[in-house]
Amino acid sequence: MSAHSNALDHAHDDHDAHHDHHQTFISKYIFSTDHKMISKQYLITGLIMGIIGIAMSILFRLQLAWPNESFTVFEIFLGKWAPEGVMDPSIYLSLVTIHGTIMVFFVLTAGLSGTFSNLLIPLQIGARDMASGFLNMVSYWLFFLSAVIMCCSLFVESGPAAAGWTIYPPLSALPNSISSAGTGMTLWLFSMAIFIASSLLGSLNYVVTVINMRTKGMSMTRLPLTIWAFFVTAIIGIVSFPVLLSAALLLIMDRSFGTSFFLSDIYIGGEVLHNSGGSPVLFEHLFWFLGHPEVYIVLLPALGISSEVIATNARKPIFGYRAMIASILAIAFLSTIVWGHHMFISGMNPFLGSVFTFTTLLIAIPSAVKAFNYITTLWKGNLQFNPAMLFSIGLVSTFITGGLTGIILGDSTLDINVHDTYFVVAHFHLVMGISALYGLFAGVYHWFPKMFEGKMMNKNLGYVHFWVTAIGSYAVFFPMHFIGMAGLPRRYYSNTAFPYFDDLADVNVMITIAAIVTAAAQLVFLYNFIISIFYGKTGEKNPWKSNTLEWTTEHKHIHGNWAGEIPSVYRWPYDYSKLNEDETDYVLAGQDYVPQTVPLQPNEEEMNH
Amino acid sequence: MTVFLVLIVIILFAVTLWQMSKIYALSKGKSKDVSGEVANDKDNSVNAKLMIMFTVFLYFLMFYCFWYYSKFYLPEASSEHGSKYDNLMFISIALIMFVQIITQFLLHFFSYKYKGEKGKRALFYADNDKLEFIWTIIPVIVLAGLIIYGLFTWSDIMNFEEDEDALVIELYAQRFNWKARYAGDDNTLGNANVRFIEGINQIGIDPSDADGQDDIVTQELHLPVGRQVIFKLRSQDVLHSAYMPHFRAQMNVVPGMITQFSFTPTVTTEDIRTTDYMKEKMRTIQKIRNDRNKVLAAAGEPALDDYDEFDYYLLCNKICGESHYNMQMKIIVESEEDYEAWIKQQETFKASIADQE
Repeated sequence: MSAHSNALDHAHDDHDAHHDHHQTFISKYIFSTDHKMISKQYLITGLIMGIIGIAMSILFRLQLAWPNESFTVFEIFLGKWAPEGVMDPSIYLSLVTIHGTIMVFFVLTAGLSGTFSNLLIPLQIGARDMASGFLNMVSYWLFFLSAVIMCCSLFVESGPAAAGWTIYPPLSALPNSISSAGTGMTLWLFSMAIFIASSLLGSLNYVVTVINMRTKGMSMTRLPLTIWAFFVTAIIGIVSFPVLLSAALLLIMDRSFGTSFFLSDIYIGGEVLHNSGGSPVLFEHLFWFLGHPEVYIVLLPALGISSEVIATNARKPIFGYRAMIASILAIAFLSTIVWGHHMFISGMNPFLGSVFTFTTLLIAIPSAVKAFNYITTLWKGNLQFNPAMLFSIGLVSTFITGGLTGIILGDSTLDINVHDTYFVVAHFHLVMGISALYGLFAGVYHWFPKMFEGKMMNKNLGYVHFWVTAIGSYAVFFPMHFIGMAGLPRRYYSNTAFPYFDDLADVNVMITIAAIVTAAAQLVFLYNFIISIFYGKTGEKNPWKSNTLEWTTEHKHIHGNWAGEIPSVYRWPYDYSKLNEDETDYVLAGQDYVPQTVPLQPNEEEMNH
Repeated sequence: MTVFLVLIVIILFAVTLWQMSKIYALSKGKSKDVSGEVANDKDNSVNAKLMIMFTVFLYFLMFYCFWYYSKFYLPEASSEHGSKYDNLMFISIALIMFVQIITQFLLHFFSYKYKGEKGKRALFYADNDKLEFIWTIIPVIVLAGLIIYGLFTWSDIMNFEEDEDALVIELYAQRFNWKARYAGDDNTLGNANVRFIEGINQIGIDPSDADGQDDIVTQELHLPVGRQVIFKLRSQDVLHSAYMPHFRAQMNVVPGMITQFSFTPTVTTEDIRTTDYMKEKMRTIQKIRNDRNKVLAAAGEPALDDYDEFDYYLLCNKICGESHYNMQMKIIVESEEDYEAWIKQQETFKASIADQE
């Protein structure tokens, strides 16, 4: 290992002087094998998908607030699906389906985990690049391909997939059940199959890199919590994504080759189908075997990012570092055995429901430990309210609010009456949607200088972005719990086709207005992001005064990250505000942080990290 | 009242923007500084104040929602197990709101109190096993209580015992309507399968099965009060879910298998109509509809139907196609005598086949 890295170091000494000569535009910006470029590719693709996903949510929120009214914006974006500007019920279902798919997989899985795993794993563990740069490149381009296919499915004549993002058969399996179950659904499945391949290649790479390529002194208990989160996320992905692939493959077989894995005793379109012996419940099991861990695939990287950002900006070590690792591991383990809580009333044996209630409520324990540890980290800190810090605090807030209602939904009894209502929508948007998005934003604000060669995002625009988003997203999702408890089912094109829910109309209007304001605030972020890439002020090498290794690299990106030798590590990453033994000053006089590359000082008490 | 809330939100937005513009103006002066985009003491103190305002907003929002929106919560359950459900729901909500109020306060208050200042020293505090033990063990105990309580209730609801006079009814789902099949005098449902669907036999009852001859298929669901009902659920096409919110009852309907759910209705349709809750709700909704009718009349469009009489309903709650949002069935809970009178008027399967021939 060391001989190998020495050889690499020498190669780089020659390399740096005429760096640009070796790279063409294509090898630098398009088919790049450099992890920093790939992370930017992931981020920008993820943001573009995010714009599409959020725009869709605004379209269907308009329909929900003012049902059956005519909007010019519908005519523009939906064309034939909005005759005279009134949204068609089938396109409504397509919009909620694709919104869910895009946000969960393309924005929060690839855009969050893909971006920051790629950027931070090599930089924070002290590696020149990923274990396999080529696989990494393939992983991104497969993701890009699947995103393109998903976008193409929006323009299919019979409409994009409309069976909900969970695509339960038989609705998704019978091309004649709804118009959009034809080509649109085929493209959806095709896109997801490629996405899974991409995600697996990425995850394998992350795991191998973290295990094998840590620099000298970087033991597992000296890893920043970000890396722990990405590492464990990758493992969950490897365990659960293949199961979704099998579900998708079986569904493709049912659709195209006449098999009956999920179909039995069906009479549709005036005739009995030949299928017999299959069960849609089997699909639900396979889907949620990925679907639930997916929640944590989305959330853990966000929690990892917020751990790092909160510690840095509180100028304090993260409280309970080992407990944080233990709870990440516990959450990861439990996440693979709770999928049945999506299926309490699916018709499966009630005894199974009891087991899943038990495991589901158990997962609240490590989650609670994490929340308390974050709060204690803030206690007696010296909090620097950079935009990333605000988003991390916001994340803890929405994680608590959304997580608590999980206690209701995870209880099989209580699930009976709120299952598939707006209560569920409110719950998962707060706990995984908004929280993970906050994690994404925190990451972008914090590591923007690392991505774009020292440029920094404008903090004031960041503040506007945060506060409007924080107020707006609570105003959207908190009242939603109450219309859920009134028994209003989700995925209803209109709640006013019958009188029962007329009194909820006002709340829906309020939610839609808040959603539009919140979405508009994201434009501030986009503006800030784009402008800062080109005109952002260049900050210091280590602007946030952080301990981790990525801040020891120079602004200018070079292949291999460090021009000279890779730095060695002598301590854990959270020695913020640590005092010397006499408690007269910080360990390094006048500096409240001790980077990981600084050896143990003579006047310093050794901790067990 | 919504207007009021929207106003508050807008005002808070405005204040936020105002504060922002203030710090923006202040920070512009020293743009040459390399740490220009890193938070300084001014930013810290402004954002700390915003933290407190945000806490006020959050508590106000929660209070407002509970005060004005908790009336949306369904009326007292109209089924026997429903009151247990409501108790558990009440305890769970009380518990999570207690935790919510405390943790959100600590989170935002600490953010405010420990705002950064130049030269301030943060406390190096990396570990405390005792504290961590405490906040691991407290959730363990509380959740253990909730789990045990919840599981007993779950088991009562799902592993129900069949009363001797229990009524067996099949709920039959097809896109986009519901049918009910009563088991008739023998209280045994005849065999059925989609392969028997033909002509008037729309739900595929096996014509050769003697048990099925006295079965009765209806478009409305009539239930006698105080008598246990066992629902057998069957779908002919895609997944549906039979959702009866007032009875705290829901079960998916899965093609290819028969699922089941049971409850005992306790409040008749007539009785629930006279409750204060329902009267108030009807008044509110009728007022909304009257207002809308004025608008419709001005546009020359037909008026909406009146909604002055409440009826229980069964909704489809699993996405099943374009008209999913409008797939429902009326439920009528009535006295045993009314129920008997009604069911006598309905045509048995045998009679309907005979009519056809």
